[in-house]
Amino acid sequence: MNLALKDIRHGLFRFVLTCFGLGLLMTVVLSMIGIYNGLVADALAVVKAPAAGVWVVESGTKGPFAEASNIPADTRDAVARMPGVAEAGAINFQNVEAAHGGGSLRLYVIGFEPGRPGSPRRIAEGRGIGTSHFELVADRKTGLSPGEMVRLGRNRFAVVGLVDGAMNSGGDPAVYVTLADAMALQTELDPAAQRIQAARGTDSVKSASVAAVIARIEPGADVELLTATVRQWKHLAALTQAEQEEILLASVVDLARRQIGLFLGILLSVSAVVIALIIYTMTMEKLKHIATLKLIGAPDRTIVGLIVQQALILGASGWGIGLILILTVKDYFPRRVVLEPFNAMVLAGIVFAVCIAASGLGVRAAMRVDPATALGS
Amino acid sequence: MAAGEILIDVAGVAKHFGEGETRVDALRDIDLQVRAGEVIALLGPSGSGKTTLLNVIGCIITPSAGRVGLDGETVFDGQWLRRDLRRLRLDKIGFVFQTHNLLPFLTAEENVAVVLDLAGQPAAAGRARARDLLDYLEVGRRAAAKPAHLSGGEAQRVAIARALANHPRIILADEPTAALDGQRAGLVMDLMRRLAVDQEACIVTVTHDEKIFDRFDRLIHLRDGRLADA
Repeated sequence: MNLALKDIRHGLFRFVLTCFGLGLLMTVVLSMIGIYNGLVADALAVVKAPAAGVWVVESGTKGPFAEASNIPADTRDAVARMPGVAEAGAINFQNVEAAHGGGSLRLYVIGFEPGRPGSPRRIAEGRGIGTSHFELVADRKTGLSPGEMVRLGRNRFAVVGLVDGAMNSGGDPAVYVTLADAMALQTELDPAAQRIQAARGTDSVKSASVAAVIARIEPGADVELLTATVRQWKHLAALTQAEQEEILLASVVDLARRQIGLFLGILLSVSAVVIALIIYTMTMEKLKHIATLKLIGAPDRTIVGLIVQQALILGASGWGIGLILILTVKDYFPRRVVLEPFNAMVLAGIVFAVCIAASGLGVRAAMRVDPATALGS
Repeated sequence: MAAGEILIDVAGVAKHFGEGETRVDALRDIDLQVRAGEVIALLGPSGSGKTTLLNVIGCIITPSAGRVGLDGETVFDGQWLRRDLRRLRLDKIGFVFQTHNLLPFLTAEENVAVVLDLAGQPAAAGRARARDLLDYLEVGRRAAAKPAHLSGGEAQRVAIARALANHPRIILADEPTAALDGQRAGLVMDLMRRLAVDQEACIVTVTHDEKIFDRFDRLIHLRDGRLADA
């Protein structure tokens, strides 16, 4: 006879409500884990997208993500000619606010050279950029659709394709335009300003610079030798892909990551206390019955089983409800929520450990109950 | 086992709580023998030691001195001679409480069968025995009801069935009729007496209920922890 299940069935509604409450708490914990993962994944997405081997940036900077980097656009030709480089492409990044649909659309504009490293890797819908100007490929989270027109700076761009998972470390969705358009967007002055500059006798500033040059490496090439060679140019620095990812995590998202990590730790601690309190209260409410069981001869294992089984059922139900809820709602979060099976399993392990530990408190109270308390009352 | 066999043999039992100025002697030099088929009542004012003596016989509290024998086995002689007192209670003693103390999450039948389940008997055998006992106590038709849906008399009969489930030869009852009216109290005591005879068991009851005094073979009076008379 399973006393734990019988007791649960007796107060099923209350138990289900308790499980649901715990499930909501687990949903919050899982969403924080997902947000934490999403922050890291988003931050790395833009670095990983070009599948670069080496990033050539301005000397003395950790560009182009951690800080600004400007190098001459013709650096690409020099890098492409270096031994061990399969292909190279110049690339540019900037944030813009575009008016669209009566509202404002914050975009991360990536300028690339079509046919060279830096272009979107997989078009999810529509097509890639086919002309030199005024076409863009947007991340799906922008809400843009192929065929729509968007004004960026002084020009209108046609959306020709969509990609998934392209954004910067702040979660702003990316749009890809040609490098020429991106450079124009970055440097072209407003017509009034151009007129003032012309009246002064100076031309508008059109610096042919890019943020970085990314190089794909030939199989078997010595990356260390290549980066060392690039650094011989005093105005350039070279970072491997791994170094670039490390810089991004260490400097750009580190604070936010630690903030969320700390909050997650607090949330897990609160969850542990709540679970412990629920289980302890459930046990305390049963002390009279436990005294009766002891009096009629129930061994300790029966009483321990009653408490531990209920604690584990509660924990497993709460975890399951939490998992179902977060999987249902995660796509409605404004930023990406990335939940790996490993995360859910780790949380299950933590909940299991907390339930066992919390049961320990209940079991201790149950073991101290005097069977005589069942008599005479 | 012949009827009249000594099932409870308490000799020189004393129990005190606290030490020095706070010492309270709850039991002093108690000698008591109860035989199979006997139904006795422990009487006395509040604080006289009735419940303490019941707890000593039920192996719930440890005597300070003396010897306790149950069903032919000496279980206490200056110290407990059995390690597992709960198993001892499960095998030899049935308890009936003042307020039935049925487990609210089990049906009447399950409340009886749980004792046999704890004793390691197969579930089917436990259910059959429970059903037999409930029928015998005329509450078989309420076997599937939870305690909250039983009347006071029905619940107390289920509690008696539970106390008898594992064929104990010693039944200890603490105010078993306190929650019942006079007529039902008499019926319950008659049932318990019948069971004591049928199962060659003895029943020790703590009671203040004068309406049922005539149902007992002996009335044992306690005063200040001593047996006053018998």
